[in-house]
Amino acid sequence: MEARSISPSTPGAAQPLAALRRFVGKWGLIIALLALPVYYGVRDLTHGYGAGFVAGHHVIQHDLSQLGFNLVSGISNGMIWALVAMGYTLVYGIIELINFAHGDVFMIGSFTAVGFWSSIGLGLTTGPLGLIAGLIVTLVVAMAVSGSLNVLIERVAYRPLRGAPKLAALITAVGFSFILQNVGLLWRGGSPQGVSDLIHENATVFKISGVIVHRADVLAIVTAIPLVIALNMFIGRTRPGRAMRATAQDPEAARLMGINVNNTISLTFLLGGMLAGAAGLIYALYETTIWYFQGFEAGLIAFTAAVMGGIGNIRGAVLGGLIIGCIQQLSDSRLGPQWTPAVVFGYLILVMILQPRGLLGEETREAG
Amino acid sequence: MSELIAQLTEWREALRQRRSAVVQRLPSWSGRVLAAVLLVIAIVLPFFFDPASGFMNATIIAFAYVVMALGLNVVVGFAGLLDLGYVAFYAFGAYCVGWFGSGFFYKAHVHVGVSHVAGALPGIHLNFILILVCAVLVTSVAGAAIGLPTLRLRGDYIAIVTLAFGEIIGVVAVNGQSIHLSGGETLTAGNLGISALDLPYFPVIGMFSLLDLRPWYWLILAIMLVVLFVNLRLRDSRLGRAWIALREDEVAAVSMGIPLVRTKLFAYSIGAAFGGMSGVFLGAYHTDVTGDDFAFSFSIFVLAMIIVGGLGSIWGAVFGALLLSYINYYLIPDVLNSVPHSLGLNFDLSQLSFGIFGFLLVLVMILRPQGLIPERRRRLELTEAIPAEDGQLAEGGQL
Repeated sequence: MEARSISPSTPGAAQPLAALRRFVGKWGLIIALLALPVYYGVRDLTHGYGAGFVAGHHVIQHDLSQLGFNLVSGISNGMIWALVAMGYTLVYGIIELINFAHGDVFMIGSFTAVGFWSSIGLGLTTGPLGLIAGLIVTLVVAMAVSGSLNVLIERVAYRPLRGAPKLAALITAVGFSFILQNVGLLWRGGSPQGVSDLIHENATVFKISGVIVHRADVLAIVTAIPLVIALNMFIGRTRPGRAMRATAQDPEAARLMGINVNNTISLTFLLGGMLAGAAGLIYALYETTIWYFQGFEAGLIAFTAAVMGGIGNIRGAVLGGLIIGCIQQLSDSRLGPQWTPAVVFGYLILVMILQPRGLLGEETREAG
Repeated sequence: MSELIAQLTEWREALRQRRSAVVQRLPSWSGRVLAAVLLVIAIVLPFFFDPASGFMNATIIAFAYVVMALGLNVVVGFAGLLDLGYVAFYAFGAYCVGWFGSGFFYKAHVHVGVSHVAGALPGIHLNFILILVCAVLVTSVAGAAIGLPTLRLRGDYIAIVTLAFGEIIGVVAVNGQSIHLSGGETLTAGNLGISALDLPYFPVIGMFSLLDLRPWYWLILAIMLVVLFVNLRLRDSRLGRAWIALREDEVAAVSMGIPLVRTKLFAYSIGAAFGGMSGVFLGAYHTDVTGDDFAFSFSIFVLAMIIVGGLGSIWGAVFGALLLSYINYYLIPDVLNSVPHSLGLNFDLSQLSFGIFGFLLVLVMILRPQGLIPERRRRLELTEAIPAEDGQLAEGGQL
């Protein structure tokens, strides 16, 4: 920002203050992010934590395994947010629109996945091979449905408004978010619904020095990482990917170079929607409950993740998603889940104050 | 397709010319006469309706939303600071009634200018006007405080910070039962709600009742007219012009000597104060303050009003607020709810209210992206812009 870029060159009385500001600008966010795990880690070591009852006595342990457990589930949970956040960041990077309907596309992805796997007959009794094959087919279906839904939304609600005031598109995004929520409400009713726990998500896969890793954690990580790598390769190595980057940088110049901007934007929405669909399937298996409002909450959390990583930056979205996942798990297990949104948004404000570009952000056209 | 669009544009142009000819022929005092007639209609309106009817209820809520929309219009419309956390000020206003107009703080005994009913109860009981003043003070300070971290930011980043603040305040409102103040009292009553709020009481008029909605109507009408007047004067004042200058080009405005920090903070404070006033009224009117009233969708609802009406335009904000709140609180629940049954379909329209509302938002924005009653300055910008490049751009630009 202007103030910071000028301050080093102004000599005189403000020197210590400028040094402090530089220090806070460089390290402030990292210190703020480390504060929570370090605080609880030290607390676990000094005060200990209750590890349940054994023979009618409280067991107090003094080690870091609970913190480790929080961080492992934070990372696997964060993978879901990372997938959703990448959709936000792709769309924001290319048309500078906060796509409020994105969270609801993710919700529709969850609903489609659950509807599809129960219609092809996956259940608790399905054998492991059939389960894996069925889930892969479900993944493809959920990605296809969410991706095409996202493209459709872009075509109907955002494309006619290109060149109109920017807030108009924001309102159509909100409008579509409401429409999709209503679809979800009619589809599965107004209260959270349990879905069959296909993968026995709480079964322990392995245990490293006291930290239990559940099947759900493995599933989230094993599904999400290839998708993240594939997306990165697509954007970095292929021609359409290069067209996307060019359009994000300067749509006008990209068009002059012969890039079909409208198709590129549609492709961006397709990719974002597909990732949201994949996240929807993982979420349904991971949480084993789905409801029509999940998309709204997930949307806000994933959006926070995208901003924290630096909006417009894909690796930033992944990093932000993982960090938000960890913050969320720490806050869920230590402060109580009812405070988690406040903690997450508190961190969002800290990011905006300390480093508005985000952790890995480059300057976008908007943010100077 | 393009011929059709050309034909439509031609007709629209002809219509506009004829309309401007008519407007020019009208005498200069016609605007004031129109305003006076509207005012008289607004004042006598309740005599034509049942004092406890659904329409009266919807109208009262719609007027409260007009006040909200006018407040948000100062922040977003005039100053160009996209605020997605406006619900915070609704919450502050409503909690002012909850704290200072009920038995919530049951250990305190403060009574100022209230009826003998409330005067006999424990808790803090202030007169409605005093609560209004408190709310204005609290919300304008809160508005400036929320505005402070956004001063260095631009555009969507301001939206993100205000959104975060709004959400945090919503979470605190819901979980306020576990925040203990001194003496065993809590900050809010969470989802149980602070209930049994005092009904507004004025010395000569007496106490309001929930069976006769007319006094409520006139009260919110008075608040709305005051806010409308202040808004109209603000827009043309030095401060109002400074806001518009900042909105159009921050760097140019600052280099012309506009104090950036003060001007922006004033926009946040004044917008927040209007929201707080409306919050006080809505809190008192609903007679309870529940934590989950203060959700993000509320901010979006008010924002949709001013964008549908036409960003930055005062009459647009009024019209958008009336339109959307009548649709949401009257048309969908009261009027259209029986339509599916009369068509032989077996479902409730209220189940679809979200979807209908969203569909209308999309429709209005696609057909008229600059809003229904755009601000004059903005309309000029949009119509006199660089010649549009293709049909779609022309659609967006010349409407």
